[in-house]
Amino acid sequence: MWKFHKWFERHSLILIVGILVVVSIGGLVQITPLFFIESTIERVEGVRPYTPLELAGREIYIREGCYVCHSQMIRPLRDEVERYGHYSLAAESMYDHPFQWGSKRTGPDLARVGNRYSDEWHRAHLVNPRSVVPESVMPPYAFLARADLNTSLLPDHLRANRLLRVPYTDEQLANAATDARAQAEPLSSNAYDFEHRYPGAASRDFDGNPDRVTEMDALIAYLQMLGTGVDFETYQAEAPENTR
Amino acid sequence: MADRERDSVSGTETTGHEWDGLKELDTPLPRWWLYIFYASIVVAVVYWVLMPAWPIGNGYTKGVLGFSDRINVTADVGALRSARAPMYQRLANASASEIAADPELQEFARAAGESVFGDYCRTCHGAGGAGAPGYPVLADDVWIWGGSLADIEHTLRVGVRADHPDTRMSMMPAFGRDRLLTSQQVDDVTEYAISISAASSRLQPDRAAAARGEAIYQEQCAACHGATGAGDRSVGAPSLNDDLWLYGGSREEIRRQVEMGRGGVMPSWERRFDAGTLRALAYYVHEMGGGEPDAPPAPVTTPAATPEPAQNGQPNAPLR
Repeated sequence: MWKFHKWFERHSLILIVGILVVVSIGGLVQITPLFFIESTIERVEGVRPYTPLELAGREIYIREGCYVCHSQMIRPLRDEVERYGHYSLAAESMYDHPFQWGSKRTGPDLARVGNRYSDEWHRAHLVNPRSVVPESVMPPYAFLARADLNTSLLPDHLRANRLLRVPYTDEQLANAATDARAQAEPLSSNAYDFEHRYPGAASRDFDGNPDRVTEMDALIAYLQMLGTGVDFETYQAEAPENTR
Repeated sequence: MADRERDSVSGTETTGHEWDGLKELDTPLPRWWLYIFYASIVVAVVYWVLMPAWPIGNGYTKGVLGFSDRINVTADVGALRSARAPMYQRLANASASEIAADPELQEFARAAGESVFGDYCRTCHGAGGAGAPGYPVLADDVWIWGGSLADIEHTLRVGVRADHPDTRMSMMPAFGRDRLLTSQQVDDVTEYAISISAASSRLQPDRAAAARGEAIYQEQCAACHGATGAGDRSVGAPSLNDDLWLYGGSREEIRRQVEMGRGGVMPSWERRFDAGTLRALAYYVHEMGGGEPDAPPAPVTTPAATPEPAQNGQPNAPLR
């Protein structure tokens, strides 16, 4: 055995091939089963792909680095459930590419922040966090209310997500930009089509400025839907068939 | 390759490797380290047997202990709720006077109320109920919808302009935005509102404009805010006689309220909290400083009329 080892140690090319073989075995053992295990891709009723406006809000969430201070992952621990609500399910981030679980909480967890505060509260809080939470150390994001939302890239965002198996239809892809505007303008002519393409999505003027569709609209639309998809009155996460 | 040989300085063997005259000592690993290493391997094997461990095909080894985070947290929360249940039940069935006579119940209600307030109410109403522009101060003795324990609890249950069928509802018209009054009339009625308030010494209203505004006030505003501006809690119209302003007390801010008729939304908490938690929260807010005694004949229908399950008493209720 030691003779064989000498052979590896003295020929760098053979050593490289050896390393590759060993590392691939480790990777295959860890990663491959995840693509097949039923339990890792648990399907839960109510989880839907993001609307274009919410997706744009998610991009802003990532662009501004919100994930650096906010997690989106309620762990199955008593105190977290008491404070934030039902623990997060894997399915609730199945359309997140990449997921925003985060690893640090300078601010609170946001996995179930949706519908917890009013849009007006979110506006006041994003413009100046200290106006509603005096001890907050969050930076102000007032510029979001002044920045028009760039919708030109949304069809590409949806297409990229579809490549990662988010089930967007061709129709949704083609209308991404108008749908984003329609969600923030519930009285516009496209609102009806939007509601058909994205049933269950909230449609209203999120930023309180009916004249423009701003980045504030997108971010609040995203925040207001976080964690609201699954109805935990009917879904029993601790039932035997869902236990894991 | 040179042969293994014993090093004369350290007394241990060399590996037999030699590079440019440098030889490598083959110092054995310390025994204690080696034993811990072997023990770790044994522990890992035992762990694989006991706990969920290996992915296999389209499942995984469940382990003989049947460990599950989901079952554990459900049990933990259930145990917590069972432990709290007796006090919550007592609280839910207690009247204001019974709470006032029971220090143990008071202490529980304060602690439970503070915890829930911190999670759900403080973000808008501020720490200690200090309030914020658009979000009423709870620590003072000025109440828009009433400050008795029963009134506060009713507001908590149904919310203000919320989606509850019995929600507290009032809608101040946007006199300026919706062109109900001209810009000049809005100016005049603003001056009149300042003149009947305690802010008149501070803001020095224009007497001529206030005199013009009085007629408009009696026509448009007095139905809710009262002929003298005393306000009316039954419709949630705040008093205009004090110097406390929900949306700010500068002349511009008062005028803007006449113009826009803003009204905030408070969620209905009846579905999120059970009767005991609502009573604790109401008690906590009542005790912030401005709580009023309950009116002898309860004006609001007693919440106990519709019995509902106290979720804190049911360990199996959904986590929420």
